[in-house]
Parts: sequence; C-alpha cells; structure tokens
Amino acid sequence: MSDELIAVSLLWLFVFVYAMAASIDFGAGFWSLIYLYRKENNMTQIANRYLSPSWEVTNVFIVLVVIGTVSFFPGATAVLGTVLLWPFSIGLLLLTLRSAFLVFSHAAEKKYARALSVISGATGVFLPMLLILVLPITYGGMIGTTDGRDQLLWGSLLSSASTYAYLAFAGLSTLFLSSLLLADYSHVSEDWRAYQVYRKDAIWLGPFAFLAAIFVIVTMARDAPWMYDNLQNNKGWILSSGVLYVLGYLALFTPRKAGSPAAGRPRLAVVATVFQYLLAATGYGEAHLPYIVYPSVTIQSGFTDESTFHALFVSYLVGFVVLTPGFWLFWRMFMRDKKYLRQK
Amino acid sequence: MDQVVLARSLFGTTMAFHIIFATIGVGLPLMILIVEVLFQFTGDSDYALMAKRWTRGFAVLLGVAIPSGTIAGVQLSLLWPQFMKVVGKVIALPFQIEIFAFLLEALFMSIYVYAADRLSRGMRILSVVLVAFGAVMSAILITNVHAFEGTPTGFRIVGGEIVDIRPWKAFFNPSFAVSAGHVAVSAYMTGAFVIASLAAFKMLRRGLSDKHYAFHRKALMVGLVVGGLFSVLTALNGHASAQHLYDEQPEKLAAAEGLFVTQDHAPLTIGGFTDKETHEVKYGIEIPWALSFLANNRFDTVVKGLNEWPEDEWPPLFIHTLFNAMVGVGMLLLLMSIVGFWWHRLLKKQTFPRWMVWSFFVSGPLSMLGIEFGWIFSCTGRQPWILYRVMRTSEAVTHTGNLGTLFLLFTGVYLLLAISVVVVLRAYFKRHPLGDELGGSGDVNGEEEGLHV
Repeated sequence: MSDELIAVSLLWLFVFVYAMAASIDFGAGFWSLIYLYRKENNMTQIANRYLSPSWEVTNVFIVLVVIGTVSFFPGATAVLGTVLLWPFSIGLLLLTLRSAFLVFSHAAEKKYARALSVISGATGVFLPMLLILVLPITYGGMIGTTDGRDQLLWGSLLSSASTYAYLAFAGLSTLFLSSLLLADYSHVSEDWRAYQVYRKDAIWLGPFAFLAAIFVIVTMARDAPWMYDNLQNNKGWILSSGVLYVLGYLALFTPRKAGSPAAGRPRLAVVATVFQYLLAATGYGEAHLPYIVYPSVTIQSGFTDESTFHALFVSYLVGFVVLTPGFWLFWRMFMRDKKYLRQK
Repeated sequence: MDQVVLARSLFGTTMAFHIIFATIGVGLPLMILIVEVLFQFTGDSDYALMAKRWTRGFAVLLGVAIPSGTIAGVQLSLLWPQFMKVVGKVIALPFQIEIFAFLLEALFMSIYVYAADRLSRGMRILSVVLVAFGAVMSAILITNVHAFEGTPTGFRIVGGEIVDIRPWKAFFNPSFAVSAGHVAVSAYMTGAFVIASLAAFKMLRRGLSDKHYAFHRKALMVGLVVGGLFSVLTALNGHASAQHLYDEQPEKLAAAEGLFVTQDHAPLTIGGFTDKETHEVKYGIEIPWALSFLANNRFDTVVKGLNEWPEDEWPPLFIHTLFNAMVGVGMLLLLMSIVGFWWHRLLKKQTFPRWMVWSFFVSGPLSMLGIEFGWIFSCTGRQPWILYRVMRTSEAVTHTGNLGTLFLLFTGVYLLLAISVVVVLRAYFKRHPLGDELGGSGDVNGEEEGLHV
C-alpha cells in the first residue's frame, strides 16, 4: 500500500467512526427530546445516560477528522476550507448551541431544562445533514473557479437530486442508528419498556434508511458517473453491505430467549448494522479514489510531505496505544457497568 | 471592510472567547487535584467538598470550552486555507498529538465526573491527574503552532514550493519552550485566582456563619498561594520571553517597548501611548538603561528600534500599551497573593478586612484580562505576518465573501453563551448551596442526579 492510500484509508476510517458515533450522539439527543413530554417513561433518561459521558469523546472525533484532513492532505484543505466556509460555519454554530445547551439543560432548573433540551435535540438532528453535504460537493460540478479562486456553486448544490438523497440518508441513518443503539443500551440496562419503544423505532426507520441509501446510488449515476462506474466495478462491498442490513434487521425479530421478556437480539443487530455501514463506506471510499475533490484534487496531488506523514503515522500508533486503557475503562464504566446502567 | 481585517476580527473574537474557557480548563483541574490531595493529607472534608463543587462548575464550563475550541480548530482551515496548507505539510504534529491529549482529557473527565463513586481513591486521583495532564498538554501543543508562527523553522521555500521539511525540527522551533511555558504557568495562575475570586465573592456576603467563612477562607488561601507561586513563575518566564523576542523577533520587542531609535543604554518606558507621528511614547515613565539590561543583562546592549524596518513591517504600535497592561496585571496579582499570605499566615489573622477581600475578588477577572492582553499582544505583535518573514496574513486569508455576516453570527452566539453560562452556573449553585453539603453528612458522593452533563 502506498503512503497516500494508507493516509486516505485512515482518514476515511476516522470519518466513519465519527459518522457512527455522531449519528448515535445526535440521534440520542433527538430521542431524548421526542420522549421528553411522554409521561412516566425512562426513554429520555436512557438517552441522557448514554449522552452524558459520551458527547465529549464523540466531539473529539470531528476535530480528528478536520485535523486528519489538514495534516494528511493539505492540498485538499485549501479547496475544501474555501468552499465549505459557509456550510461548516453554520454547522459549527449549530454544534456549539447543541453541546452547550445539552450541558446547560442538565444543570438548569426543570422549567428551563425543557426548553434547552428542545433546542439541543432539534439542532442536533440537522447537523449530520449539514456535514454530509461535503460528499455531493466533492462529486464535481459544484465548485466553480474564477481567476484561480474556488467557490461553492450554491445553485448547483441546491438543484441537485444527489444533495437531497444525501440529506435524507443522513437524517434517516442518524435516527435509525441511534434508535438501534438505544434499544441495545436499554436492553443491557434491562429497561424493557424503553427497549420496546426504541426497538419499534428502529424497526420502522430501518427500511427508510435503506431506501435513502439506494436513492443515493441511483442519483449518483447521473450526478457523478465517474464514481458510479467505479462503484459498478466493485459491487461486492455494496452487495455484502445489503446482506448485513437484512441480517441486522432480522436480528430484531428473533424469538425471545428464556428469561428475557422481549424479542430480538439488539446487540447482534447493532454489530451487523455497523458492519453494514462499514462495508458500504469501504466500497464508497474505494469508488471515490483517487479523487478527494473531483476533478481537481487527488490523493497524490493533495498529499502532505513524506517525512511529515511518517512522523504523524508514528504519533498515531503511540497515541492509540497510550489511549487504549482509557477507552477500555470508559467502556467498562459506562457501557457495561450494571450499577451505572440500572440506576433509577 | 478589508477581508483580512474581517477574517482577523472573526478569528480573534473566537480566540478571545475560547481562551477564557480554555484557560480555566487548564487551571481548574490543577486546583481540583490540589484540593483532592489536600483532602487525602489533612482529612479535612472541606477540601473534598471543594473538589466536588469545582468539578461540577467545571463540567458546565466544558459545555462552552469544548464547542468553542472545536470552532477555533475548524475555523483555522476555513479562514486561513493557505496558511493551513503550510501547517499540514510542516507543523501537523502538534495538532495531531493535541487530539490525543484532548481525547485523554475527555475520557477521564467523564470517568471522574460520572464514575467517581465507583472508583477507588487512587483511581479517582489518577483520573484528575490525567484530566489535568491532558488539559495542559492541549494548551502546550496548540501554543506550539503559535510559537512556530513566530519562529518558523524546519523547512525552506524554494520558488514557492515548500521543501526540506523536517517536522520534528519545526516542532522544536526556538520559541516553543518559552511560549509553552508561559501559557502553562499563566493558565495555572489564572485558574488559581479565579478560585480566589469566587471565594472572596462569597466572603463579601454579610452575616456568613463561621463555618461557611472558614470554608471559603480555605479556598481563598489555596487560590492565593497557588496563584502567587505561579505568578512568580509567570514573571520569570515572561522575562525570558522578552529576552527571547530580543533574539528572534526584535521588531516585536521594539514595538512592545515603543523604541524607535536603535541604541545602547536604551531606556525602559513604562505606561503611556506610542505616537506614530512623533515617534515617541507619550505620558510614559522612562527608566534609563533598563531596557538594555532587561534585553540582554548588560547596560551596553544595543536594542534595535523600529526605524530599522520599513513601516509596512511594523507591528501595530498599540501593543506597547497591551504589553504594559499584561505586565502590570501580573505584578499586581503577585502583590495581592503576598499580602493575603502575609496577613493570614504570618500575622495569623482569621478574618480579612473588606477592602482586602474586594481586591481578592477582582483578582480573577484581572488575571483573565492579563491573559487576554497577553494573547492579543502576542498575535497582533506578529503582524503583518502569519508566518514570521515567510507568509503575510493577507496571503493566507480565504477569498470567500460575506465574512461580516459570519462575524455577527458568531459574536451573537458567543454573547448568548457567555450570558447563559453565567446564568446557569449561578442558578445551579443557588439551588445547591454550600449549607446543604457543609459538615454533617460527609456524604461527598451524594445526589449524583444533581448534575448530569
């Protein structure tokens, strides 16, 4: 594997990790809002119990994605930074309101807490939709160049069917993934009522998220034929992703085990679904190569200096080795410890 | 307005807002660690209570610190795309390692806040140590990039192309150690004075019970002692920083001191305003020979004046005032902690006169002002360069329009957050007054549902 390929694979992996974690994070905020006004339920608590310790960690990954892009592909940064100024600035403002009000809502008095939760839950769900716009923008045809200066062609962005396909995909995936994870989380917490509710949400959202993904591929044929062709030549990833979707979805319907009051195996469903997205992302990423921004920036033309790359690579290895015990402790404390999960 | 001015205003506002929370984010974990350790040594549960209450305040502040830091990180690429192109090639390491520091802090912050009751005592202290370590490392690593802007090394530019890149040499650029040290110790100083300030604020309330007064006095003393120690270190390091400027960025030193004519036995001008027309500092106090001595420990040291450089390479002249304000604040803070320590520990007085408490109360805001002055001095003092003698700020700025609207939007959000964070903190501590928790139960880990952020 060439250095460029290693770098872009790592970066794409970070994007994937952030996409998953952020979908769950923003989605959980949304569910905590949806169930805020229902009487006598634990759905909101479950969502908050997940969110409280995890949002800060999730937030680190968006910085990791941005810094990863800057440090691995400075050539792409100059173009993307220029054209994404407005979409990402709006995103930053939403992210700020969302995080701050999420924190404030837990510290504020009950009567204000609700309003704050509403704002943070509602802003959260728009964020994935805003961030995913970077994908259709790199299709080509949406960045105009005058006098050697790049600019985003808003008209093309807003009139493209792909844009809306991605918006739908981002929004629905966010809700699907988060309901699925919260189903698993309440299952581990043995909160059967919350489990049933989140399981039901996942069941009706799953097919829509899947349709949106197909819509993305269909519109790609017209808006980015170069990428569609690449995808056609590499069908395996997408097809196996589809198989995993079916598997994960069916896992929600397995007959209930002895001693368990509810049907379905949510842990299996979560794992299968995460792999479903991972396989799809791999196929998608492969089809996008060698371009980062079509047709002006490739992974070769935008690549950082060799010696910088090697130093960065070492810092990644050391960094993740050092942090692994921290992640392990975090997981044990908040995702597995029954004392934390089952508190009332 | 000019694109560069707009972009600098937007980024400057982001930084000015973020560093308030970032500085507390570095300083406060150390204070929490200190009282946690004091509790282990003295067994005085007041210290455990302090750790608990400060942690809660800290958790709320993180709700602003983290997103505003994210803004700063992303805005760099959005506003200065050409600059970040160089950064990506040459000085990507500190940004990258900073992510790990940040991750370490985030992981253990959650563990410390939400799992404290399920951790052993040793693990709890280890968690705070790691939070404090992650926080200060983040600050140091970001300062590394700032230092690189002032003394860019580890690459050459040949025909517009960046060549001969040596990332570790860029990382260990000449100003790194001195700048990073300055940021770290001044953040610790500020964190301590913020605590002293809050304690003093509580002590100003009339009719406080002895128990409450003693609690706040202990917090005040921790703040004053730690703040005093770090203000000494800040002053020593500040002196080294100025000598460093003499070597590396002489025009910045000249502008900071308002010196126009190159000379030996140069005088030090304290206070006043630099006049661009007459080339002198008005209303300042001159101390003969002092600048030469400060710059390089000898009275016959030749200090370069601004006239050595073409005027379009001069830093803005108002930095003389900022520089003096920063130094003045540092001196004042040092004096305050000496007075407080002398009064309580050496004269053994149990209560402080109100005027003294008032002065302690202003120490926190004053310290924060010192931080702001210092940052503005340091960044505007580098102008017109974004990379000293390599790239002008005007070459780095984005071409995308409508920055004015963005400036208003971001400033509006910062104002909203600044107001709401104060309201939320006040309301929270009003609902959880000290009286409920002080003495008695000793149940330090009680009411976990009180704050779930």
